[in-house]
Amino acid sequence: MLGVGVLKGLGETARNFFGSYFSKERLTTVQYPEQRIPTVENARVFPFLVYDGPEWDAGMRCVACQICEKECPPKCIYIEKSKDKKPDYVGKQQFYPARFDIDVSVCMSCQICVEVCPFEAIKMDTAFELATDDRFGGLLQDRKQLAKSNEYYHQIHPTEAAEVDGRLAEEKAKLEAKAKAAAEAAAAKAAAAKAAAAKPAEGEK
Amino acid sequence: MIQTLDQIFVLFKNWLVGFLPAGWQVAAGVVLCVIAIIAVYPALFAIAVLLERKGLGRMQNRYGPNRVGPFGLFQPVADGIKALVKEDIVPLRADRVVHFLAPVVLVPIVFMGFAVLPMGRHMVLVNMDSGLLFFFAMGASTELAVFMAGWSSRNKYSLLGAMRAIAQMISYEVVLLLSSVAVVMIAGSLSLVKIVESQNHYTGIFPHWYVFTPWGLAGFLIFVVASTAETNRSPFDLPEGESEIVAGYFTEYSGFKFALFFLGEYVEMFAVAALGTTLFLGGWTAPFSFLGWVPTWIWFFAKILTWICVFIWFRGTLPRLRQDQLMNFAWKFVLPFSLLNLVVVALWRFLGPGWEQWVICSAILLVAYVVMGRTAFTLKNIGPRKYRYAE
Repeated sequence: MLGVGVLKGLGETARNFFGSYFSKERLTTVQYPEQRIPTVENARVFPFLVYDGPEWDAGMRCVACQICEKECPPKCIYIEKSKDKKPDYVGKQQFYPARFDIDVSVCMSCQICVEVCPFEAIKMDTAFELATDDRFGGLLQDRKQLAKSNEYYHQIHPTEAAEVDGRLAEEKAKLEAKAKAAAEAAAAKAAAAKAAAAKPAEGEK
Repeated sequence: MIQTLDQIFVLFKNWLVGFLPAGWQVAAGVVLCVIAIIAVYPALFAIAVLLERKGLGRMQNRYGPNRVGPFGLFQPVADGIKALVKEDIVPLRADRVVHFLAPVVLVPIVFMGFAVLPMGRHMVLVNMDSGLLFFFAMGASTELAVFMAGWSSRNKYSLLGAMRAIAQMISYEVVLLLSSVAVVMIAGSLSLVKIVESQNHYTGIFPHWYVFTPWGLAGFLIFVVASTAETNRSPFDLPEGESEIVAGYFTEYSGFKFALFFLGEYVEMFAVAALGTTLFLGGWTAPFSFLGWVPTWIWFFAKILTWICVFIWFRGTLPRLRQDQLMNFAWKFVLPFSLLNLVVVALWRFLGPGWEQWVICSAILLVAYVVMGRTAFTLKNIGPRKYRYAE
């Protein structure tokens, strides 16, 4: 009969209307500034620079190789390489970024900088409240603002950070083993040379 | 005491007017009534907008506005301030004078209808013998403002919206009139005061509202449909269908002019609701005889608000119709049905009181409803669509 569908629809909306006052499951709204849902581990908003240890400028992993700057599709990264060098996490002398700026208003959160970084130095942050009342300075974050500790990285992306740490430790161990092997080889060589040097002396006898 | 409370506004007006010399009293009384109407309905407009936003939110399992003041109660104030301080833009090629005049013409016209509506016992601005006619004359004039807005904006969406609005309003105006004529035939008067008086009887505790008769119920349902269409409310909100034509004839209006249109639309909604209340729901009369002690104006405004809530309920439920569906519904179903209703009213009158009139009239209307509902909307040309291309 004509109008039955309309009545059914009216019943449905009435059920929603009254139901929203009684059952909490119906109202899924999170009243944002007061209520928050915890950020998801895979969330990515804006890149930051990881540093190890207590001091941000001493422990910064970035070696200013400028790959991310070149790969960034909207070109929001600006890097100036340093003149001098400082030791990295394995103790090797490396350059460091004298300037490292990212423009919040240009970044499109594509994560390409993270993917191309060979030094695990740049990662995605989950903090999303980047709004500022300063149009120019506020939206351009310098290296000090971008630097965040490895502990913070562990906090926001535990799984990923553990993997990264494992990889770095492995690399470090490999390097150490190589260095050790090299040292051993050098020692053996030295010993051999010594032995060789000693032999003719014996022959002389 | 009850009498005083019932007539408190009338007594207050008489008391105020009493300070003036005799020659001024009538004019001053009219001005006071007009001021009261102009103050009350915009206040009701604010309440209705808040109700609508909250109600729609709840129907969609949202909270609705809840930030401004406790429970978001001051939201209308914030909206009003926003509308006032917004930039007023007039399109470069628009007809500036007509563009400005459209909302200015609309608002007085929609307020005019309240002049003849009794809002309580003895609470009517002008007790006109042909009040209903006056009301419909004023209701039809709003189309002028709508078309002024659409035409002067010089925008295709505005014009399309205005054309849709005119087509729809004229179609449903006919239906609205015909459903009201049924009441006039029984009440024997075009005066809205007399129509309310004729419903102010009780059998036991139940009132003699016209909605409680077969023809009255049919007329009432037709009236609800037609008034929804007449005020451009969802599901008949094609004139401003925002998914198709931006905002219809509102497209080029911003700031306070838009607020005036918005106000006009809601006040028109109140006017139509008030007329429907007067014609079918007994106006200011109490729903049960033992509730007669409650002031009559409370009943009147309670009924209007209920009507508004039903409109909001419709809006939360029904999707928008297509233009051809709208026209088909008006001309092929509602109009024949309301014509039939007139015949049934005549039958009701001449069969006289008794059980026969109830049975016969109900049977005719029910059968007609079922049969017409089955046949009026059957599509005849169903099948794959054939395209003709230019050769």
